[in-house]
Amino acid sequence: MNAPVKAEAGYNFAYLDEQTKRMIRRALLKAVAVPGYQVPFAGREMPLPYGWGTGGIQVTASVIGPDDTLKVIDQGADDTTNAVSIRRFFAKTAGVATTTGTAEASIIQTRHRIPETPLKAGQIMVFQVPIPEPLRWLEPRETVTRRMHAEADYGAMHVKLYEDIARMGRITTSYDYPVMVNRRYLMRPSPIPRFDNPKLDRSPALMLFGAGREKRIYALPPHTLVKSLDFEDHPFAIERWTQRCQRCGAPDSFLNEIVVDDRGTRRFVCSDTDYCDGRMA
Amino acid sequence: MSDGPLLEVRHLTRRYGERYACRDISFELWRGEVLAIVGESGSGKTTLLNAVCGRVTPDRGQVLFYGADDRARDLTALSGVELRRLVRDEIGFVHQNPRDGLRLGFSAGANIGEPIMAAGGRHYGNIRRTAADWLRRVEIDANRIDDLPATFSGGMQQRLQIARALVTKPRLVLMDEPTGGLDVSVQARLLDLMRGLAAELRVAIIIVTHDLGVARLLAHRLIVMQDGRMVENGVTDQVLDDPQHPYTQLLVSSVLAA
Repeated sequence: MNAPVKAEAGYNFAYLDEQTKRMIRRALLKAVAVPGYQVPFAGREMPLPYGWGTGGIQVTASVIGPDDTLKVIDQGADDTTNAVSIRRFFAKTAGVATTTGTAEASIIQTRHRIPETPLKAGQIMVFQVPIPEPLRWLEPRETVTRRMHAEADYGAMHVKLYEDIARMGRITTSYDYPVMVNRRYLMRPSPIPRFDNPKLDRSPALMLFGAGREKRIYALPPHTLVKSLDFEDHPFAIERWTQRCQRCGAPDSFLNEIVVDDRGTRRFVCSDTDYCDGRMA
Repeated sequence: MSDGPLLEVRHLTRRYGERYACRDISFELWRGEVLAIVGESGSGKTTLLNAVCGRVTPDRGQVLFYGADDRARDLTALSGVELRRLVRDEIGFVHQNPRDGLRLGFSAGANIGEPIMAAGGRHYGNIRRTAADWLRRVEIDANRIDDLPATFSGGMQQRLQIARALVTKPRLVLMDEPTGGLDVSVQARLLDLMRGLAAELRVAIIIVTHDLGVARLLAHRLIVMQDGRMVENGVTDQVLDDPQHPYTQLLVSSVLAA
């Protein structure tokens, strides 16, 4: 864990001005009150490009306080460019403590993964979301998708899963796998692997989702029912590997397949670097 | 099951600006009956069809639909949710252009399965069996179930659309020029198929067409429209063999003898 540092002069606490943070907090409160509902908000320009986590950063900036400890992960790793940059951004502008340890963090901003270490009550997950609308591929018009959400008119969503089974014999949608929240709203869990979907269900942590380009916020309050779409005779199932992690030997974590030489030798290792390091220690 | 009508249209009027698309149209439709609406382009046929399934809101008049519970519902007074649910469960629609009625990027099976899934079907095996069964009924080889409709001929696409419209067993099917753009032999097969299915399922059909041959072959009753008005209404053979209104006489006499 890196202890709190002195914030850089010239910036407001956590970069965003207080009015903007209040606006985002109002959107967050509404999102928590209606789990899975996409709340529009006046997303700001951030000092990084869309697609790099502008939505997540705005949410984190709005909920973070001086006593928080921040962890940022990208594809499960704490040491990739995006994760390092965002962590350093908040260390500089808010002077908060940062960490790579899942258990130590009070706020975890993430792209593509939910940590393997089970989350606890009081922790906040912040997801970076590229496309918030689960019905977008089905219907390009926003007016129509809003009507479909209002009427819970979601039957056609299964067409895509049907097509998977018809072609491949099983559901092949492997990430951003659509879920029903609290038996009411259809939600995109952001591009996390299907493997992480069960971690959303009745999680003790608060889950916040921010889409910067699309300017939408949605949320899962703690202990919310989250069910992945499936068929009665093709129930939802997570990915399985025949290997274990070749670094720490974990049998139960999400594995990355890494090509290690020019002859096509492969190595399977944990995608969650903190989890893997923790098992090695 | 009562023997009352399935659909009652009363004094339906729809204007676009100063122009009347439909003027004071009233008719009834019974279960299992095939009704053809004929008339030239711009006579209000399609507006009438769209008003019957709630896509167009009439300026005046009522559209009473008797659902599965035999209770009359005025489609013009229903809320958006109720209307869409009723239309989804009880009314099928076949477009003139299959591209408007099908999802061309998804397989034939998915196209037939979508209405089942929309109505809450969640068993893959059952959906697939039903889809295969319907492909057979509309004379498409069942081993094309995973092919994209884009690879189908025009006639096959139209039959696929009919299967998709009928799979949830609606009580009413609306067809807008279903044989338009098909060559004559394909038309004949399609008409044969529709006649068979209509009799077998006892589904009521309203078919909009400008082809009197189609009307003669398929329809029990006929409505002739001109300039938004219903100028003649009666049993098909009677209207076609003994037309009363000058416009109907013109229409009948202008059919080319083959």
